[in-house]
Amino acid sequence: MSAAAVDWARVKADFPVVNGRIDGQPIVYLDSANTSQKPHAVIDAMADFMRHAYAPINRSAYRLAAAATDAYEGARTKVQKFINAPKAHEVVFTKNATESLNLVAHSWGGANLKRGDAVVLTHMEHHANIVPWQMLAASHGIELRWIPLTADGQLDLTNLSTLLDGAKVLSFTAMSNVLGTITPVAALCKAAHDAGAVAIVDACQYVPHNVTDVQAWGADFVTFSSHKMVGPSGIGVMWGREALLDAMPPFLGGGNMIADVRLDGFTCAELPAKFEAGTPPIVEAVGLGAAVEYLSGLGMSNVRQHEMHLTDYALRTLTDRYGDDITIHGPRNVEVRGAVLSFAFRDIHPHDVSQVLDQKNVCVRAGHHCAKPLMRLLGANATARASFYIYNDESDADALADALDGASDIFGL
Amino acid sequence: MPGLEDLYREIILDHYRSPRNRGELPTPPAVHAQGHNPLCGDEITVYLQIDGDTITDVKVGGQGCSISQSSASMMSQAVKGKKVDDVKAVVRKFKSMMSIDDEDPTPIPEVKLGDLEALQGVVKFPVRIKCAVLAWNTLTEALAEAQ
Repeated sequence: MSAAAVDWARVKADFPVVNGRIDGQPIVYLDSANTSQKPHAVIDAMADFMRHAYAPINRSAYRLAAAATDAYEGARTKVQKFINAPKAHEVVFTKNATESLNLVAHSWGGANLKRGDAVVLTHMEHHANIVPWQMLAASHGIELRWIPLTADGQLDLTNLSTLLDGAKVLSFTAMSNVLGTITPVAALCKAAHDAGAVAIVDACQYVPHNVTDVQAWGADFVTFSSHKMVGPSGIGVMWGREALLDAMPPFLGGGNMIADVRLDGFTCAELPAKFEAGTPPIVEAVGLGAAVEYLSGLGMSNVRQHEMHLTDYALRTLTDRYGDDITIHGPRNVEVRGAVLSFAFRDIHPHDVSQVLDQKNVCVRAGHHCAKPLMRLLGANATARASFYIYNDESDADALADALDGASDIFGL
Repeated sequence: MPGLEDLYREIILDHYRSPRNRGELPTPPAVHAQGHNPLCGDEITVYLQIDGDTITDVKVGGQGCSISQSSASMMSQAVKGKKVDDVKAVVRKFKSMMSIDDEDPTPIPEVKLGDLEALQGVVKFPVRIKCAVLAWNTLTEALAEAQ
């Protein structure tokens, strides 16, 4: 099946919010890099589970609880297959991608990094892949190094071997949430390993939009969230290699993560329970499983093709219409960028751009996108950001372009 | 949804395009405070020169959206040359116009807001209230600095 064989209008019909109206006008949802909308399949799976099958997992003998446990663990297996992880128990459910990155930094990093050890990050990271390492810098005295960017917003790998020399960790985004840049993940993982460093991939913006194969990447840890991939909020994923996870101390302590607790100490449960303290997001896991099934049904290579087409169309439409009045950050080549368009429009502040677009129900993010170091590099306090997904089509890019006209009228520019 | 003309009144756009009292003051003798809106990245620095009980000069630095910058500009006009106690009354009155409750049990002072009333339309766009009050919260911090 190719992208042309997918009925994208049918896909759009699956998402109630993008078919909704505000003040009688259709909603143009262009904020999927922030969080995605949910299809009926996910909403129904969660509602049905709560109506008919909800029960505790992992700790009760009755059949209802056993079936709920199967549903929860079934979601784990779906995620495992979706990212081609070797083993289901390497897939750990967390609260979100931020918690996943914190888990890796604090548990693996806390146990394996010592004063003076270097962790290499990039200038295009989300705060979630910066602040946990800065916290480790404060508590463990680690050194942070930064891969710079090229003028068109790709990673400048000229001095990669120098930056990686003696480093213990390379932690980087697979796709920038501001620039849309897709990074050379497999090559970076290999470079990390050649230097003796562990490779951690923040795949939060990548997994929802591309075929993900953690083994082909050669990564050690991969993190992402459910809510950006048509699943519910409240659940994220941390995948790690079994040997690394086995050797790590637990992150949060409490119920479910122990094999035994005595007055003088505890022993950990096996994977993945070791990293899932307390009652997990059970309903959300069921929703995530349904989301994975939904996306798998479309085919992730089809999703990627659809978005490449849309990105190209949106880039052409906006630049043809507004020329130098619009500055779109990040690479022009859609082979190396996802469907995220951060832009500056004339001299109008992004917050005002967003306000004017909202008048036409065009929903874009305005702000620093939780990537303030990158924003400083761009010389902007904020940008407006339009991001596209499977339920968007060319008419949404046209609506964005049309709505921008209104901003010029108001600000008289 | 209210129309944008309620938000982007001409006087607001005028202050946005031509902000008053932009710049810095040497500290000391002036005091200053920085405020930022973590949601949208707006930043404002307010400098106050206070002599006795009077704000004799005010300057505003920073960058942000039309609402935050015009509010800062109008604020600077409203406080320059005023007594500190009168300014505090204006702050309370302005924030009450923005539907922000303070914990002060005494009645909101009856002071004239003049041009500042142009910002009243912001209340219809609740997301933008934070933009409008940023300069005023920063002013309050700068006044606290001076005490």
